[in-house]
Amino acid sequence: MTEKPKIALYWCSSCGGCEESVVDLAEDILTVSEMADIVFWPVALDFKYKDVEALNDGEIAATLINGAVRMDEQEEMAKLLRRKSQLVMAHGACAHLGGVPGLANFFERQDVLDRSYKEVPTVKNPEGTLPEVQSVAHGRELELSGFHDRVRALDQVVDVDYYIPGCPPTPELIRDAIIMALEGRLPPKGSVLAEKKALCDTCPRRDSRPERLRIKEFKRLHQTEWDPEKCFLNQALICLGPATRGGCMARCIHANMPCRGCFGPTDDVRDQGAKSLSFLASMIDSKDEKELERIADSIPDPAGLFYRYSLASSLLKGKIPG
Amino acid sequence: MNRFEPIIVGFLCNWCAYEGADAAGRARKPYPVNLRVIRVLCSGRTDPQFVLEAFKEGADGVLILGCHPGECHYKEGNFHTLKRYIMLRKMLMQFGIEEDRLRLDWISASERDRFVEVVSEMVERVRELGPLVR
Ligand code: SF4
Ligand code: SF4
Ligand code: FES
Repeated sequence: MTEKPKIALYWCSSCGGCEESVVDLAEDILTVSEMADIVFWPVALDFKYKDVEALNDGEIAATLINGAVRMDEQEEMAKLLRRKSQLVMAHGACAHLGGVPGLANFFERQDVLDRSYKEVPTVKNPEGTLPEVQSVAHGRELELSGFHDRVRALDQVVDVDYYIPGCPPTPELIRDAIIMALEGRLPPKGSVLAEKKALCDTCPRRDSRPERLRIKEFKRLHQTEWDPEKCFLNQALICLGPATRGGCMARCIHANMPCRGCFGPTDDVRDQGAKSLSFLASMIDSKDEKELERIADSIPDPAGLFYRYSLASSLLKGKIPG
Repeated sequence: MNRFEPIIVGFLCNWCAYEGADAAGRARKPYPVNLRVIRVLCSGRTDPQFVLEAFKEGADGVLILGCHPGECHYKEGNFHTLKRYIMLRKMLMQFGIEEDRLRLDWISASERDRFVEVVSEMVERVRELGPLVR
C-alpha cells in the first residue's frame, strides 16, 4: 500500500475561529482524512514538536497555518513547519493579512503590555509584574516565549505558497484548498484561493447599488434601521464590499450586516484601507471644505474600520513610532 | 549642527501646477531643493496608496498640487482629490503622521510665484515638525 500524503495544521496568534472552521468541514473532514494523514494539529491531536522535528524536510505535503505572528514560539514553529512542508498555506485573515490581532500595531509594545497586565479592570497586579523571557520564581528559572514589537502576517516571516482568506474562511474554501493541494491542481504560487473580483460582484444586493452615490453623512448601524434588501451604501451605511475580495458567499450580507473586509483586497490593490477610504470619499456629495470635514468626522475611527483585518500587511504596517 | 532637510514628494497636475513649476524654473525663481516632483495627469490620479507609499519610502511630507476648483481638465478630478485628502489627513493622524505633513493646494499654470510660496511654506512647516522616523 502506498503511503498517504501528510498534512499539518497549526495556530499562531488567533482566536480559534479558524480551527473551528476546520471542524465545520463536518463529514468533509472524512474525505480529507481518506486522502491524507494529519501528522500535526495541536488543537485536536496529540502530536508534539519532536514529532514534527523527526520528519524529513519536505515530508509534509501541505501545512495550513492560521493566526498572526508576534511570539518567538510562533516564529519558530512557522519556520520549522516551512522546512518540513512542500506547501505552506496561510489559513485565515490573521495569517493572510495580520487580521484583528494586527490592530495592536496602532500601539507600542509597552502600551500593549501595560494595558493587558496592569490596567484592565479584571487584572490585579499590585507589583506590576510583566512577562519576561527569563525569570526566577521559587528558586527556579522560568522561560517564556519572547513578545515582538510588531504583529506580522505569515508571509512576513516565512515564504507562503497560498492564501485561504477570511475571518474565518468558509469550510468550503478550506476543503477545496486541501483537496487541490493533494491533487496538485493549484493555481500559480502566491494566489489567494477565492474569487478574483470584489464582493459586490456576487452580492445579492448588487442591483440596488447605484452608479453614483451621493452621501451627506455616513450613518452607523446603531443610529438607524435599515432595509434588509437594499445595498448598504445606498443607505449611507459603510460596506467595504467594493474594496474586498469576493468568495465568502456574502455571508455577512445574508445576515443583514455590511462587509468589514475580512477577505482582504483584490489582486490589483496593495492597500485595502487606502482603497476603502478612496471609494468612500468619492461618494461624498459636497465640495465645501467645512462640510467635507464634518462628513469625514461622521466616521469616528477610519483607520480601525478600513484596516480592520489588514493593518499588519498594509503599506505603513501600523503606527509610526514616536 | 546640520539643519534638517525634509524630503517632500510632490504630486503635480500636468495641466496646472507642473506648468507653474516649469514657469518658475524658466523665470529662474529660486525655490527649495527639497521637493521631489511626480507628474500626474490630474491631481485626481493621486491614489491615496501613492501618498502612503511615499511616506513609507522616506518622504517627510507630501504635497498634492492641482488646478483651481472649476478648472480641472477632467471636470471633477480635483474635487475627488479634495474629498480624499480631507479623509486621508484625518486617518494619517491615527498612524502618527501629523496632518500638516500632507498638503493640498491649487496652482494654475501662470502662478509661478504662488508655486514657490507654497513649496517654501511646506518645506518650512515640515522642517519644524522634524523627520518622520520609521
Ligand atoms: S456595497 Fe455591500 S451591500 Fe452594496 S453591493 Fe457591495 S457588498 Fe453588497
Ligand atoms: S461579507 Fe465581508 S466581512 Fe463578511 S465574511 Fe464576507 S468578506 Fe468577510
Ligand atoms: S487636471 Fe489639474 S487637477 Fe484635474
